[in-house]
Amino acid sequence: MKLEVIMPRMGESVVEGTVVKWLKSEGDRVEKDEPLVEISTDKVDTEIPAPASGILTQIVVHEGETIQVGTTMAYLETEEAAEQAPMAAPKKEERVPTAPQPSRKEEVKVVPLIEAPARAREGRFYSPLVRSMAKAEGVSLEELESVPGTGQGERVTKADLLRFLEAKRPQPTIEYPAERVEIMAMGVMRKAIAEHMVRSVHTSAHVTTVSEADVSRAVATREKLKDEFLKREGFALTYTPFFVSCAIRALKEYPIINSSLDGDNIIIKKFINVGIAVALEKGLIVPVVKGADEKSFFGLARAIHDLSERARHKKLHPDDVHGGTFTVTNPGMFGNLLGTPIINQPQVAILAIGAIKKRAVVIDDAIAIRSMSFLSLSYDHRVLDGALAGMFLQRIVQFLEEFDSGWVNL
Amino acid sequence: MAVLTYIEAIRQAMWEEMKRDEHVFILGEDVGRYGGAFKATQSLYQEFGPDRVIDTPISESAIVGAAIGAALMGMRPVAEMQFADFISCAFDQIVNFAAKSYYRWGAKVPLVIRAPSGGGVHGGPFHSQNPEGWFFHVPGLKVVAPSTPRDAKGLLKAAIRDDNPVIYFEHKLLYRRIKEEVDEGDYIVPLGRADIKREGKDLTVLTYGAMLHASIEAAQKVADEGIDAQVVDLRTLLPLDWEIIQECVKKTNRVLIVHEDTKTGGIGAELAATIADQTFEFLDAPIRRVASLDTPVPYSPPLEEYFLPNPKKIAAAMRDLARY
Repeated sequence: MKLEVIMPRMGESVVEGTVVKWLKSEGDRVEKDEPLVEISTDKVDTEIPAPASGILTQIVVHEGETIQVGTTMAYLETEEAAEQAPMAAPKKEERVPTAPQPSRKEEVKVVPLIEAPARAREGRFYSPLVRSMAKAEGVSLEELESVPGTGQGERVTKADLLRFLEAKRPQPTIEYPAERVEIMAMGVMRKAIAEHMVRSVHTSAHVTTVSEADVSRAVATREKLKDEFLKREGFALTYTPFFVSCAIRALKEYPIINSSLDGDNIIIKKFINVGIAVALEKGLIVPVVKGADEKSFFGLARAIHDLSERARHKKLHPDDVHGGTFTVTNPGMFGNLLGTPIINQPQVAILAIGAIKKRAVVIDDAIAIRSMSFLSLSYDHRVLDGALAGMFLQRIVQFLEEFDSGWVNL
Repeated sequence: MAVLTYIEAIRQAMWEEMKRDEHVFILGEDVGRYGGAFKATQSLYQEFGPDRVIDTPISESAIVGAAIGAALMGMRPVAEMQFADFISCAFDQIVNFAAKSYYRWGAKVPLVIRAPSGGGVHGGPFHSQNPEGWFFHVPGLKVVAPSTPRDAKGLLKAAIRDDNPVIYFEHKLLYRRIKEEVDEGDYIVPLGRADIKREGKDLTVLTYGAMLHASIEAAQKVADEGIDAQVVDLRTLLPLDWEIIQECVKKTNRVLIVHEDTKTGGIGAELAATIADQTFEFLDAPIRRVASLDTPVPYSPPLEEYFLPNPKKIAAAMRDLARY
């Protein structure tokens, strides 16, 4: 029978995707669950498996085309007789990772700042003036959605729109001599990163605080454990779980850091999902360790390893990159001293780990050689002030400096 | 230039017009020998004599009826209502006769009715009202409500020279409280022209009469908080100066209407409706109104204070509007 291959729904907010590559050609035979096509969305790149075994008879959507969820991408001719309606998306349950997914409703504590309830971003109200100005200036509704509002309930006022228009005013276009430049179109991921980063800088009042940690104890613990760990777990023990576990300990003491801003409400999460920035060839992705606070040290190490491996091999599911409450990034991995990261929206803080280097430090008027690392915390000054963010960072430093090898057995 | 009070400016306008044109005469209760309940016509009787400053019986209907008759015969009567509240006794004469006679017979009625209106003087429900809304609704009339001595003089002179029946609301509270330098000699303030009394960029207040002063005071209050309010004195309520009103809406995009008349069906309702109709796409906030409560004017001073708009209430509305 003839079976439609449909663009599946890949996570809550994904409404469209781009066909990057067909892994089979028309006329090829495919087995059920064999990778059929590579799809790129603004969240993640992923491979879509064949919904059934058969012959790929026709490709409808060609490489580079962007389509809505639910669109027919191709047709398969299967051996089976018609039994049920066109095969829809792969069942979601099969692909959802097993990490605990806390039920948001019960676990979220809402702290109102002022009385006015914030309007949802969607269906936002625009005054007649704002609408007519937007129309006259050729500002689309989508662009309007991105304008931060300073009026009542974050309403976009005339002044807000004027500021936006001022910033948007086109720069003079520059002509390049064709032979002396290479023009590279931005891919889906590049564009998504660009949009997210600019939006974050527009949204949050970024401040970065830097501290230095003596990580000699963590280094010693890793040295002691790494061989046995590799033998037992099958992958190398990195420093990342050391930093992440100390950050989680500190987050438990400072729950306000583990929050997001929704209109005039600060949403404090009672679950900790830590995003881990993973560098890829074409860009960067931040998969999320769900329920990170409930994992043992080894569980955490395994989850981080699993996510980064899958990120590098394009095996992430869109839900893997959702729901983070705090993010850790590691510019030190490339030997750099420290970074000033941009907040991963809608979170309010991000921790950057600097390279671990041996340095001569003064301890009790003696010079000692210690393994040192700079930690920098970027945070949203709308929600967090310097004192609190600084105390939180110091707490991480303290946990690292007092790192107890007993913690890794937990 | 001499500094005149609001009531002196009104008196000077009548004096000058009576000197200029012998067809101009005054009639009303106690306007002659006594010089008027508020002394608006003081010494006019002595100057112009009993034929041109006529004391009448206590009957607003008779005063207006006689004035219309005289106007039809080519005179230019200035009739005084002792209190604007009692103008209702002459309602039929004004609405059915004065307002319609030019339309029906081509007969001009160059009549001015001066009506002392407004509260804040502890006058209670029969001596405090702002009945401009009743006449604002009547085609064929003009309605004027000055707020300053200079405008009071210029508008009254323009009203006397106008060939239509003009209801001239003068606010009692302003009579002796407001003073300014007023040009001596002949000048008029044309009917139908509003005046920007304070320039500002954040919001426009449309107001008239005593509320102009309350609005200016409120604007000064909120200026320290960074809210820059433009205050427009409408001066003539019928016909309204839509040209200036639209300019102001387009400039500031936020509108606050302030009047001392009660809210429902007041001038503000028409202003808001027409602004929404003609300049909808220029509005960045809802059109707001500050007006008296929809009740009779209370006798009790604390209740009257609660009833009337004041600079504090206006400033609060300005803040609210600016924040929207």
